[in-house]
Amino acid sequence: MSSISVAMTVNGTRVSESVPARTLLVQLLREQLGLTGTHVGCDTSQCGACNVLVNGRAVKSCTMLAAQADGAEVLTIEGLESDGQLHPMQAAFKEHHALQCGFCTPGMVITAIDLVANDANPGEATIRKYLEGNFCRCTGYHNIVKAIAAGAEAMRS
Amino acid sequence: MYDFTYHRPATIADAAAAFKACAEAQFLSGGQTLLPIMKQRLAKPANLIDLAGIAALRGASVDGQTVVIGATTPHADVAGAAEVRSTIPALAALAECIGDPQVRNRGTIAGSIANSDPSADYPAALLGLGATVRTDRREIAADDFFTGLFETALEEGEIITAVSFPVPKKAGYAKFPNPASRYAIVGVMAVETAAGVRIAVTGARPCVFRATSFEAALGASLSSAAALPAFPADGLNQDIHASAEYRAHLVGVMTKRAIAAAT
Ligand code: FES
Ligand code: FES
Repeated sequence: MSSISVAMTVNGTRVSESVPARTLLVQLLREQLGLTGTHVGCDTSQCGACNVLVNGRAVKSCTMLAAQADGAEVLTIEGLESDGQLHPMQAAFKEHHALQCGFCTPGMVITAIDLVANDANPGEATIRKYLEGNFCRCTGYHNIVKAIAAGAEAMRS
Repeated sequence: MYDFTYHRPATIADAAAAFKACAEAQFLSGGQTLLPIMKQRLAKPANLIDLAGIAALRGASVDGQTVVIGATTPHADVAGAAEVRSTIPALAALAECIGDPQVRNRGTIAGSIANSDPSADYPAALLGLGATVRTDRREIAADDFFTGLFETALEEGEIITAVSFPVPKKAGYAKFPNPASRYAIVGVMAVETAAGVRIAVTGARPCVFRATSFEAALGASLSSAAALPAFPADGLNQDIHASAEYRAHLVGVMTKRAIAAAT
């Protein structure tokens, strides 16, 4: 099996691993680094449960090789809190009851942060459109949309 | 996914040399199509040559009346580029409706056109706008580039370096997306140039094509008042999502919407 070394920053920490070339980014995160907050819902680019930020942009880590993230800054759900405080977007999800089983939540929060980076004050239609690549099978989305609007507001202040 | 050897050249020349030197090699751009089909084991390149390390292939710029999009520029960058939005807003709008936000952050223009998927959006942009595909060997007019179902004029190992789009008088894109995949069931790019109109249709046949009967009916300008002939269903795609007749109907409807959206 052809192995390669990859080095990247994950949640602020330098990591360097030797992995088979075909390793997906999500496999590196979950299986090598133990960061199991990033989920695999479909493994076919549909659900967004595996979303992480790579150089500040949300990507489906099931559809990216670990090798493609060599040299990148990767941020997962585990890297959002600071000093034991939830990130404002995580706090908004909690406050607005935007999760039930929670399986989709890490990917939703990552997408929401990516959205706010592009549009600090997104309206409901913008939020709903930006969730095209994130599936939730529990909530019906309403509270997720409300939480993202509130999280965006909290991130502005 | 089967095992492969990963290569990350830093220059176009190194990428071309790696392709020549390796058996069963394939180029990787954003990977939004190639990686899923490798996971399904429908593709199994022994050598994967990642083009993302070549800085010269990335970025959008305007040179006079031409918009140039580097091969590995992701859809999100085309959608967001001020240069593109101000010169060919329909191109930015088309890029913004591909897939979903995460796919747009990774997927690239060259990856899309090299694949020539019958339902992809970018082929309609290239054909409608009369773009030119630049490669490491030559320039290919969009009219000659898309040759069939997942077929293009690219030769073995040829590398797309950029796509250049002449700025039209006006253009608009309308698409009826499959709600699950967001690929086009039918998508139409309607363009008015100094030389007349071009109507490019994706999703309806095995390969993107120009609706010449509509172009003849429209003549020199994109007028929403023009009466369009019925579009024939012969030879159109049919699947569980839409019959050939339904797609034929959509070609007319999407053309009217594209004309209405044209700026
Ligand atoms: S697990 Fe990656 S999109 Fe569903
Ligand atoms: S909370 Fe269960 S899938 Fe979204």
